[in-house]
Amino acid sequence: MKRLIPLWITAIAGIVLIASYFVPYAQGLGELTSIWFDILAGFAFILGGGNLLKVHLKKVSDKAAGWGYSVILLASFLITLFVGLGKIGVHPSPDYPDNSWSGVYNEVGSPFWWLYEYAFKPLTATMFAMLAFYIASASFRAFRAKNVEAVLLLGTAFIILLGRTFAGVWLTSWLPESLSGLKIENLSVYIMQVFNTAGSRAIIIGIALGIASTSLKVILGVDRSYLGSARSEP
Amino acid sequence: MNVAWAWTILVVVVGASLVVLVTRREQTYRALKDLDRRWIFLLMLLAVAIPILGELTFPEKPTGLAKAVFDEIEKLEPGDKVLMAWDYDPASEGELGPMATAFTYHCCKKGLKMYYMTIFSPVGPQMIEDAIEHVIKADFPHLEYGVDYVNLGYKSGYEGVIKVIVSNIRELYTTDHYGKSVQDIPMMRDVRNIQQMDLIINVSAGYAGLKEWVLFAATPYPDLTLVAGVTGVMAPQQYPYIPEQLRGLLGAIKGAAEYEKLVLDKYGDEDPDPKYLKGKQRMGPQLIAHMLIIVLIIVANFVYFAGKRRERA
Repeated sequence: MKRLIPLWITAIAGIVLIASYFVPYAQGLGELTSIWFDILAGFAFILGGGNLLKVHLKKVSDKAAGWGYSVILLASFLITLFVGLGKIGVHPSPDYPDNSWSGVYNEVGSPFWWLYEYAFKPLTATMFAMLAFYIASASFRAFRAKNVEAVLLLGTAFIILLGRTFAGVWLTSWLPESLSGLKIENLSVYIMQVFNTAGSRAIIIGIALGIASTSLKVILGVDRSYLGSARSEP
Repeated sequence: MNVAWAWTILVVVVGASLVVLVTRREQTYRALKDLDRRWIFLLMLLAVAIPILGELTFPEKPTGLAKAVFDEIEKLEPGDKVLMAWDYDPASEGELGPMATAFTYHCCKKGLKMYYMTIFSPVGPQMIEDAIEHVIKADFPHLEYGVDYVNLGYKSGYEGVIKVIVSNIRELYTTDHYGKSVQDIPMMRDVRNIQQMDLIINVSAGYAGLKEWVLFAATPYPDLTLVAGVTGVMAPQQYPYIPEQLRGLLGAIKGAAEYEKLVLDKYGDEDPDPKYLKGKQRMGPQLIAHMLIIVLIIVANFVYFAGKRRERA
């Protein structure tokens, strides 16, 4: 029963969603299924939070390698949750002045806003910005003109790198209008719109066929790995 | 710092490096072969920091895709409805913030009704707040919340949200981001679903984002018009949807700078506020960083081939 009910839910939801795409009469059912999905997705945040607590509390209790980071993560998580859910320091909404919880949780100047503005925002931006350093390091260590394919890749990379800046425009600005197709900025657009589009379309079609086949296996109950078991019946 | 100075510095640096490379070949090879990657990190830091501090900017030449985005918004009439799907977070704000600002500025200038929402991340509403605070409230104070623009906030469910709101927005959005009932928001009263939108503008940093808007809104409902701005890594994957499902696309900072130019050329003042030039400002560091990466690849290949020659000898 523990496995049968989820299998039926998956099968019915999948069939309804497919039917709603092709059969106008089933659109209402498809909408209903999507709403259920959205509600479940909301609950996933609670599950995610619970799982985060479980994993990191275990790491701290086992004194596993890097447990100090888990302490920082747990403290940050709990403080943010407390401040946000409790609407600490938030003023009541003008529409409901008597209800102290009626204000917006991220009101400017509130502790939650402060955490977002001065902790979350700079930290996530820093993480993303560090990519530039890793790309620079990778460009020095990984890109080698070892064979014809690698030379083609490098040549394309140079054209795109130059074409995405004013350097590309400047370097080939001397070319006459009759040869404007050879200007780096135009070459860069051509590569993206022709070679990249053709390759991407092929990949997208391949992925779509793969997803369709996997989805059918899941809907029909052939692939049951999503239920927590790695076994799938042939 | 002007362009001539920048090129002079570049030519001097590259020239000096070549002289060292030719005259002290053996020492250069050994130094580069065992180069500590912290030197590369330092070079990248300088490549980004110097143009920012020196306010190095370059002219922009808009490409066809940026013009296509601009033209789709230009086609609209004052009072037309635009869904502003702000699907990004602070991590990608550096890349997507300038185009989001330019989109809002353009829509305000055109007098369009702006419906903001996000399905990407729970911090998406803060990105919307940035656009509202820094553009609408700062430069268009006559625009009224609920009449000219509304913040519908974040909804969990990724593409599931799109699937519902294309046919019935009230099923999921009963209140706006601040908890106010949509019944009490004048510009929401006659909106039943997003098929009523005259244009969807999506600023996307990943899943759920542009691909989901294409698959679950623009494709099944061909009357919906979609334009977008995405991060650099996402842009190549979106080209297959142009021009049928996606009318125009801004790719990263370059796309933002091109679109900014188009908007400011038509609607900007003689001395526009620096916040409307962020894309152009960020192209300076991008140019120098790209040049550094090209130089690093060339140098690394010099070391590689020199090493192979030594192995054979």
